Amino acid sequence: MSLSLRNPEAATAPKRRVPGEEGTWIFILGDMCVFAVFFTVYLHSRGKESALFRTSQETLDRNLGALNTVLLLISSLFVVLAVRAFRSSQRRLAPPLFVAAFACGIGFSVVKGFEYHEKIAAGISPNTNAFYMYYFVLTGLHLFHLIVGLIVLSILFRFSRKPELTKSQYAFFEGGACFWHMVDLLWLVLFPLIFLVR
Amino acid sequence: MTELLCTRATAIWVLLVAATGLSWALGTNHGINHRDASVVILVVAFAKVRFVGLYFMELREAPLPLRAVFEAYCLVVCSLVTGMFLLA
Repeated sequence: MSLSLRNPEAATAPKRRVPGEEGTWIFILGDMCVFAVFFTVYLHSRGKESALFRTSQETLDRNLGALNTVLLLISSLFVVLAVRAFRSSQRRLAPPLFVAAFACGIGFSVVKGFEYHEKIAAGISPNTNAFYMYYFVLTGLHLFHLIVGLIVLSILFRFSRKPELTKSQYAFFEGGACFWHMVDLLWLVLFPLIFLVR
Repeated sequence: MTELLCTRATAIWVLLVAATGLSWALGTNHGINHRDASVVILVVAFAKVRFVGLYFMELREAPLPLRAVFEAYCLVVCSLVTGMFLLA
């Protein structure tokens, strides 16, 4: 079944609607709950070795963490605008906006790679102590989500160039955008928790 | 493009960037009470999460049960994380 995408479901759409598919939200909320467990486990360990966590945290570059936060926020705005463009009469703007969001995601990965390189060059690894174990594991898991998000963004870019999408493609389009926002959302907690909270 | 930018999500984005600046300033300032600053940083972080959910993920317009689950997540995890930080 194909839909003209200018305003899909416009005739029958109720005012309140689930963005994407319901299954996507089970995945997104489930993933957010898994990370919530990680946040509490991290804080529990921090409570047992607060001095170690504090001194180790001082070696992190808070400016790079803040830069990455801004990069993800910019990418999220680009995705919001791309989705709006796709639904409006300005659909031609959607593909370049997805490219811009993708570029910001790549920028995040490059900064994260630089951070990891700095740590490893200084002889710091996940085995160094509990703080660095959490630092590498939590930021690494987030980076994995970001890489999956980049693949999703490349699919959304391809979809945004199509003249029309099927209903399931459109659901993926909205759900994929939400997945990218989840990647941003998780970093909005990880950055202060690991880099800033003392 | 201007038409696209004229949305509440853009205003929220400006707020999110400003909040990031505030958290960064609190987290890098050495002349303040770190414990109090950290509580502010954590609460601001979850306020940002809520705004991303409501305005970027469009949960503001989602069916109430889905929105309620998300709002509950923000409230419960923020309370848990802040509480654990204070008790540590």
